Amino acid sequence: MIGIVLLVVIVAFGFWFVGVYNSLISLRNQVFNAWKQIDVQLKRRHDLIPNLVETVKGAMNFEKETLESVIAARNQAIAATRGTTDLPSAQQVQATAAAEGQLSSSLSKLFAVVEAYPDLKATGNVAQLQEELTSTENKIAFARQLYNDQATVYNTRQQQFPGSLVAGFAKSTPAELWEISDASEREVVKVDLSLNAKK
Amino acid sequence: MSDEVNLFAQQEANRRRSRWLVIGFILFFAWLGFGGDFIWYLSTAKAPPESYHHIFPFVGIILTAFGAIMAKYSYSTGPKNILKSTGAREIIDAQTPQETQLVNVVEEMSVASGITKPHIWIVDDPDPNAFATGHDESDSNIAVTQGLLAICSRDELQAVVAHEMGHIKNLDVRLMTLLAALVGAVTLIADGAGRVMFNGGFGRGRSRSSSDSKEGSNPLVILLFVVWIVSWILAPFITRLLAMGVNRKREYLADAMSAQFTRNPGALASALTKIESASAPTTSIKGGAAHLCIADPLGRAVNGTEGRMAELFGTHPPMPTRIARLKMMGYEQSAHEIPGAAAAAVSVPSSASVRAT
Repeated sequence: MIGIVLLVVIVAFGFWFVGVYNSLISLRNQVFNAWKQIDVQLKRRHDLIPNLVETVKGAMNFEKETLESVIAARNQAIAATRGTTDLPSAQQVQATAAAEGQLSSSLSKLFAVVEAYPDLKATGNVAQLQEELTSTENKIAFARQLYNDQATVYNTRQQQFPGSLVAGFAKSTPAELWEISDASEREVVKVDLSLNAKK
Repeated sequence: MSDEVNLFAQQEANRRRSRWLVIGFILFFAWLGFGGDFIWYLSTAKAPPESYHHIFPFVGIILTAFGAIMAKYSYSTGPKNILKSTGAREIIDAQTPQETQLVNVVEEMSVASGITKPHIWIVDDPDPNAFATGHDESDSNIAVTQGLLAICSRDELQAVVAHEMGHIKNLDVRLMTLLAALVGAVTLIADGAGRVMFNGGFGRGRSRSSSDSKEGSNPLVILLFVVWIVSWILAPFITRLLAMGVNRKREYLADAMSAQFTRNPGALASALTKIESASAPTTSIKGGAAHLCIADPLGRAVNGTEGRMAELFGTHPPMPTRIARLKMMGYEQSAHEIPGAAAAAVSVPSSASVRAT
């Protein structure tokens, strides 16, 4: 009798262990996928910028500085997002976040300048590009949000008892959240929203 | 109820409640089928050995199989039929800025929710409404009416699309189609049986067998049998109530999912306010698809009001309560009271487009 009880307990424990282990692995892959989604959206933004610059360049000759800072920020951001094959390390997340933050802030400066040129804004091309960029900015924000959500679920699962007992076997380590690092970037977010609201 | 401020807490609460309702639905369905078998078994258990003993539960099995076939059928043909009946056209290549914006918004929300981009449809109807249909995350459709595009700002449109994404992500289409099919199956059988009994054919057979069992004369069995018959008479009504209960919980859940995806519950609140104020029926969406829409397309008054009636009979929760709960998620303290009290406060400001970011 005791033998049977023992067997049942062991089998139940085995099922539980495998279940938690597998859920940790699948959560980890979801986090990785969410990270890759950010990459996809960032790349889209990087690809759109040359178009935008091309379109506004003619009318904005005397705003060279703004344009150049956008291009510089873009190149830096591309360098920072270069391929990760595993869950990103803390430094990678921070470096990417910093470079992209820079790009966001220079882009929003550019948009602020475009607002000052009504006839430039009136040309369909710019309006269209602006919708595209607004959408891309949103997608980046949403991709980050998804990444943070998934990473939080993953982190909670591996830290909570009794799941934490299995975390070591599944080689789970907490995923880094995407944080806004400095105060200037917090301001940028506000500017972005006001642009959206005008649409 | 008032402590469910956080959107994740609200999601969890609505998941839990709809789970209980679904369990209740399944138990009731099982009682209709296998309960009958059980009563039959009890009534024949003490019969002489040479007469019939009901052991194999074929009543329950037949009922379940019937429901399953109906569910399978309406599930496999449903999405196409619904889209066809509304006369929706698919947006493949956006032509106008409005359509571009819709496509962009849907893409944004599919990024936010992490599901494959659904097919996008526009219904040429001036009344604002939207619905989702499809089989799973990789094969889904979102349709919005022309009226919705006309009155919603970009943020509001995004919130409505996010609500529909929430339905897709929660597999609500599957759940609601299944429940609707089971309700249909039960109603069909109850109607048919009622007609047969009314004509006397079935009644005669039944009365003989029940007089058989009276010889064993177990009052408990007779009582159970009466309860079972009454259950069948009320079954179309009860199953529909349960299904609508599930539906309302899923609506709240989808609202909370929208808040999660956009992190802007205020936008959905203001979109709902706009949709409600244009409460003419959405004529191109037929009743059959009502449980998939963001707001009841029939514009039934019962969904707009509060109280017991609306709690029981609406396919959708009362709008003021939905809006109040969204505001709770946005941490707007004004709507923090119990919905009944909050309703008065909420229904007044139609300029509720306060941004909650």
